[in-house]
Amino acid sequence: MSDEFRPNIIGFACQWCAYQSADLAGTLKYEYPSTIKLIRVPCSGRVDSAFVLEALALGVDGVFVAGCPEAECHYRFGNRIAKIRTAMLRNILPEFGIESARLRFEHVSSSDAVKFVEFAKEFDKQIRKLGPTPLRGDKHE
Amino acid sequence: MNRIAFYLASGCSGCEMSFLDLSERLLDVMDGLEVVWAAPLLMDSKYHDLAELEDRYIDVAFIEGGIKLDEQEEIVRLLRKKSKVLVAFGVCATSGGIPGLSNFHSREEVFETVYRKSVTVDNPDGVYPQTTTLLNGKYELTLPTFYERVVPIDRIVEVDYYVGGCPPHYDHVAKVLEVLKKEPPEKGSWITSGRAVCDVCPRNPVPKGEKIKMMDSVKRVLEIPSDDSCLLEQGFLCFGPASQGDCRAACINVNMSCRGCGGPMPSAGDYGAKVIDFISSLIEKDGVVDEISRAYPSLARLIYAYTLPSALIPGRVRKYHVREVD
Ligand code: SF4
Ligand code: SF4
Ligand code: SF4
Repeated sequence: MSDEFRPNIIGFACQWCAYQSADLAGTLKYEYPSTIKLIRVPCSGRVDSAFVLEALALGVDGVFVAGCPEAECHYRFGNRIAKIRTAMLRNILPEFGIESARLRFEHVSSSDAVKFVEFAKEFDKQIRKLGPTPLRGDKHE
Repeated sequence: MNRIAFYLASGCSGCEMSFLDLSERLLDVMDGLEVVWAAPLLMDSKYHDLAELEDRYIDVAFIEGGIKLDEQEEIVRLLRKKSKVLVAFGVCATSGGIPGLSNFHSREEVFETVYRKSVTVDNPDGVYPQTTTLLNGKYELTLPTFYERVVPIDRIVEVDYYVGGCPPHYDHVAKVLEVLKKEPPEKGSWITSGRAVCDVCPRNPVPKGEKIKMMDSVKRVLEIPSDDSCLLEQGFLCFGPASQGDCRAACINVNMSCRGCGGPMPSAGDYGAKVIDFISSLIEKDGVVDEISRAYPSLARLIYAYTLPSALIPGRVRKYHVREVD
């Protein structure tokens, strides 16, 4: 087994935009890092803080939430809630000894496969720089 | 239910005091009940008395406080064996409570603060408590082991009922006893009215036919509410929406925001996560989030003030080393 760190990243992607842009990237045969596992959600605003915290608690190295461009949410302001929620979660993570940079919110439009791929590569790089999550192997007794 | 027992684990004794706060009503409430074992607060029963009881001899055991010491774990396990029903009584027992905030620190940091750094401590030789020590070269004395983290009772034994509150309001204590005597709910439930603090709050805009407004600034508790509108609307971080309101909005009635001592609403799951969920849905501008972090630099300690040990991430990771990459 190689020693190189292979991150485990979860992306919550809105079905109307980010998920579609990832799909489009696939159709266009653009590659994005295979460390990223996308979870399709009806709206980025549906991603409860608990989903993010649970992913981190289970030992995921990085989490992102991707929603529609500003003012383009299909449910009016789900993406705004997701963005604010992510910002608040980022503010509390260091108190748990977890780097804020492991969590990100990103606006992606459904037709912008290039932006999705660029974001995915950049986030993967950032998580590689951070290394494995400090929660891995941390037993909560 | 006739035979009851009380045990104070990693709590402060406030929950048992809440029984006494029933004052003259205590006699009616306790009618037909016999306290067969209680330590260390209400009576000075001994551990060996408990061990000698038949299994399931006690009808209902009330446990106050979470678990921080091996001694507490041992007694709670013993009480479970000796009792038909076990109640996690008060938010320390159900969710870790205020002592659970120590999970943001390592054991060493806690010892350092308590036995060395606090301004009231005079300990020039750096004497720390040890689990065993030899006295006069022949007597071995022991102290309980201090765990790395506080854990709620239900991580150690099966809990039949949960009662929130820090402490539970005495009217609620009376109700809890009545419910236990007459018709106990399904095992594993919270004993609560099931109404959130907002639901019993006079400041709630919804029953007045109004909608809650967005938060456009942040206020700290030191500031005075401007009128009788909802505290969240005014920018105070009030946790009423996620908290059990068996206190009948005691804090709001004296112009204080709710901090969630009533315990999470049974459907809330991770309490702090729920608090972030509803606050984030009331903010429009990014600037307000920055204002919150300026006003509350340790926000996690505020939103998890009573429930950290039962959270999805129940404390600070032990290999603490935050890297700066962004
Ligand atoms: S819940 Fe509050 S009153 Fe009860 S033991 Fe804990 S700190 Fe004390
Ligand atoms: S948020 Fe606070 S002030 Fe507003 S209705 Fe709920 S309990 Fe009352
Ligand atoms: S208002 Fe909130 S903090 Fe105050 S007593 Fe009730 S539940 Fe506890």
